[in-house]
Amino acid sequence: MSRSPLVAEQFEELEQQHLADQFGMWIFLATEVMFFGGLFTCYTVYRFLSPEVFAHASHHLGLVLGGINTGVLLCSSLTMALALRSIQLGRRGATIWLLLATCIFGIAFLGIKGYEYHEKYVEHLIPGSRFHYDGPSPNRAQMFFWLYFAMTGLHGLHVLIGVCVLSTVAILVARRRIRQENYMAVEVAGLYWHFVDIVWVFLYPLLYLAGARG
Amino acid sequence: MDWLFAGLILIALFFLVVVFVPLIYFSIKYRKGSRADRSNPSAGSDLLETGWTAFPTLVGIGIFGWGAIIYFHQQNPPADAMQIQVVGKQWMWKFQHAEGAREINELHIPTGRPVVLTMTSQDVIHDVFVPAFRVKQDVLPGKYTTEWFCPTKPGIYPLFCAEYCGTLHARMGGRVVVMEPAEYERWLSSGPPRLSLAAAGERVYRELGCSGCHDQQGTVRAPPLTNLFGRTVALQSGEVVVANEQYLRDSILLPGTQIVAGYENLMPSFQGRISEEEIMEIIAYVKSLSERKSP
Amino acid sequence: MSKTESYLDESSLQSWLLTTDHKRIGLLYLFTILVFFFIAAVAALLMRLNLLSPHGWIVNADTYNKLFTLHGVLMVWFFLIPSIPAVLGNFVLPLMLGARDVAFPRLNLMSWYIFISGGLLALWALIHGGVDTGWTFYTPYSSTYSNTHVITMAMGVFIAGFSSIITGLNFIVTIHKLRAPGLTWTRLPLFVWSMYATSLILVLATPVLAITLGLISLERFWGVGVFDPRLGGDPVLFQHLFWFYSHPAVYIMILPGMGVISELIPCFSRKQIFGYKWVAASSLAIAILGFVVWGHHMFVASQSVYAGIVFSFLSFLVSVPSGIKVFNWTATLRKGSITFETPMLYALGFIGLFTVGGLTGLFLAALAADVHLTDTYFVIAHFHYIMVGGMVMGFMGGLHYWWPKISGRMYPEFAGKMAAIITYVGFNLAFFPQFILGFMGMPRRYHDYPPEFQWLNVLSTAGVSILGVGYLLPLLYFLWSTKWGERASANPWRATGLEWQAASPPPKHNFPVVPRVTKPPYTYQAEQDQFTPQSELAHV
Repeated sequence: MSRSPLVAEQFEELEQQHLADQFGMWIFLATEVMFFGGLFTCYTVYRFLSPEVFAHASHHLGLVLGGINTGVLLCSSLTMALALRSIQLGRRGATIWLLLATCIFGIAFLGIKGYEYHEKYVEHLIPGSRFHYDGPSPNRAQMFFWLYFAMTGLHGLHVLIGVCVLSTVAILVARRRIRQENYMAVEVAGLYWHFVDIVWVFLYPLLYLAGARG
Repeated sequence: MDWLFAGLILIALFFLVVVFVPLIYFSIKYRKGSRADRSNPSAGSDLLETGWTAFPTLVGIGIFGWGAIIYFHQQNPPADAMQIQVVGKQWMWKFQHAEGAREINELHIPTGRPVVLTMTSQDVIHDVFVPAFRVKQDVLPGKYTTEWFCPTKPGIYPLFCAEYCGTLHARMGGRVVVMEPAEYERWLSSGPPRLSLAAAGERVYRELGCSGCHDQQGTVRAPPLTNLFGRTVALQSGEVVVANEQYLRDSILLPGTQIVAGYENLMPSFQGRISEEEIMEIIAYVKSLSERKSP
Repeated sequence: MSKTESYLDESSLQSWLLTTDHKRIGLLYLFTILVFFFIAAVAALLMRLNLLSPHGWIVNADTYNKLFTLHGVLMVWFFLIPSIPAVLGNFVLPLMLGARDVAFPRLNLMSWYIFISGGLLALWALIHGGVDTGWTFYTPYSSTYSNTHVITMAMGVFIAGFSSIITGLNFIVTIHKLRAPGLTWTRLPLFVWSMYATSLILVLATPVLAITLGLISLERFWGVGVFDPRLGGDPVLFQHLFWFYSHPAVYIMILPGMGVISELIPCFSRKQIFGYKWVAASSLAIAILGFVVWGHHMFVASQSVYAGIVFSFLSFLVSVPSGIKVFNWTATLRKGSITFETPMLYALGFIGLFTVGGLTGLFLAALAADVHLTDTYFVIAHFHYIMVGGMVMGFMGGLHYWWPKISGRMYPEFAGKMAAIITYVGFNLAFFPQFILGFMGMPRRYHDYPPEFQWLNVLSTAGVSILGVGYLLPLLYFLWSTKWGERASANPWRATGLEWQAASPPPKHNFPVVPRVTKPPYTYQAEQDQFTPQSELAHV
């Protein structure tokens, strides 16, 4: 049996290698769930302790921008899924464009997020010595904003890493290092990207929709 | 409680014997070259496994139950216990008797009466550990924790800080001085005349302007404090809480988080304007306005 | 003996620093963790010397506090957690599975570099004055009050944590996907089962540590954070998050040691392991139950009484699978044909000391007893019995056992036996008095103490000195053996595992032909003095 040059030394055949890569990424995503989970736990504890304060503070987050960002990430997951399908069908050009589109959506997300952060800076809602909050329990409200920045900041970092990974994958596809036969790299990167999207799908309602808005 | 220790030691010895004796016996009997019978060796026995799984589990549950019952009793101070307020800070202890006596790193108490310490920290987490009484409890900033004991023998008992708190953690110790009741009364009345904790609290209550809103004829409508301590309070959020020490403390420092139903969120926070001792004095005052001594 | 190519042949620096060979990476880790062990051991020695007198006489309070922090941080994260997994696991696991390497060799190398980076940060913090929070970093002392390089140290541990996660991930995928044909799950050596269970904990628990350390670092850096009482934050929330990781972490530290013992006992008693399925299942049970007992570190921390009751109950349950292992190991000896080479001495020592450590854990799991004993020297004795009396002995046993495979040489047997016995004696003298000290009320993390505790402290320090000799000897004779040790055959212990079918030391890719497995592990026959390897494979 001749070994494909794509198969690494420790594997017997490509299929085994692909399954291992996929499994490895799922385990990595499990670690990410635990990582974000620590922050979600903090949020849950403090929201449980001061629900009205969190609800009131949440009103300071812009629903429109947040909503647009949610749409942006959901679209990016679509282009990512289509990119995977493309490479499985051997369509190199389409794959590259779709990967780049995903990256652009990611960058757009980060841009909008950056704008939101800037808004908070102007409104003196960044925790620290210059924090100023007009509303009940400013101290507890500061806790809400601390968690907002920590959670969206960590998430944003993951989006940034995802953009870097996907652009690298796009380059490797362009150079034919990743092809139809070893499409698994695209699937694995896609799994990561979808995970990042799902985290946002949880973050958005928790942070932006904490208080019912009439 | 030491019965529990004795029980634990016996059980530990039992299992040690159960493991060590066969270990040593088999090591000797079946050492290479010995003439023991090695035919038909066994690779397992589900019966044995079930047995030595079930038995330790039952023993474990038994000890758990024993320890839990004592613990439950340990964590619930009797209602009529003598109250001592404790403030810990790096690296000393401040004890305050209800009658007004204050002590640093030393606590005088009589025999035969349960004593409950209500404790908080001014900075990091500390811990009051009195080995002779078999009690220990962390002392936290921003929160009250309690610990109780009922001394039976006069003597001087060491007290240690048992939660690492920085440079002089090992020097943050003290003594509990237990005296016969008559001697204790003499000690209590021998110190400089002091306001009782509740009276000191009333003074703080007026000085900080609490009376302006909370007194009956206050200008602003605020929840009354008479007969409040120990009762349940309905909050605006729909929650029902008990008006205990922690509730009162939070109301003073973080008023907006627990607004009483039917009232507006008008109370300012006193964070930074009131010390831990003053908070304890006000709490003592509010307690004096109620028949209930504990929640 | 014909000369064969060995993974050790190429000796350039580049071939070591850019290797993707799991065997070399295991050795890189070995060298690195020994450096950290040595620094942490010196810290312990200084502490114990200081404790000879009730009034600290060698170091002042601040220095003492920094020493115990350093000792804890380095021993836990830079020695114990990587020890068996990253050294013996890396080396042996693929060989035991009949594989040529782990699933992701380049990630494996990356994990070592990540480990070194974390370690360098920790050393930087040490050189620039140290950290004095204790390895537990409790808030608000660590987040607000300490004036030391907390962020650097926390980030060092944070980074090293990623190396743990990668190792665990690698092992899980390797065990699932790279087993040799015929090596079904029920034919896996128990060392593999324990590495599997350990890896589950590594990947699921370590990320929680990472976020927790990140949170206190952010709080220090930013000046505000989630544990700050001024924002309504709860310092005890830190403890929940910290112990949610750190309790499973102690199982990361002991399960691999148990796995080693499960290899040694059958081999040196020439007997099938008693209760294979039960021992394998107990590793998984420990891993799973280990996640739900963290609150037993917080019985006096102001946790609710009801939470305490639940955690105490579960803590008693988690002790049962460990007991099952001990009973099974002991039963394995019956009708065996037992010899007492160095690895076996360490294995028997492990069983004894781990049993004592485990039983004292029951004292701590019992709520009312824990109130008296927690935060005292009783706890210190308890975990040193398990970590040092257990895990380190397991590590030493495994190192001696697989040394011929790793180096192609035998260690000197008499010196080995001597070191094992010296270690055992020194250890008990060092740590048994601490149970008594704790019961008498001596708190932990005290640089000075009331005079009535002195005689027990002196005994303990004497024991530590002896223990040090027990550790120094192997360092010297292992090095000696690489040049002058007797050359080892492929299977000097006549053991059944696949790793013994490869040469000693193995060639770069372990097996020229993938072995086919036809037998379960530990097919030893004591009476006939025979054994059947898991696969028959001709080796050069």
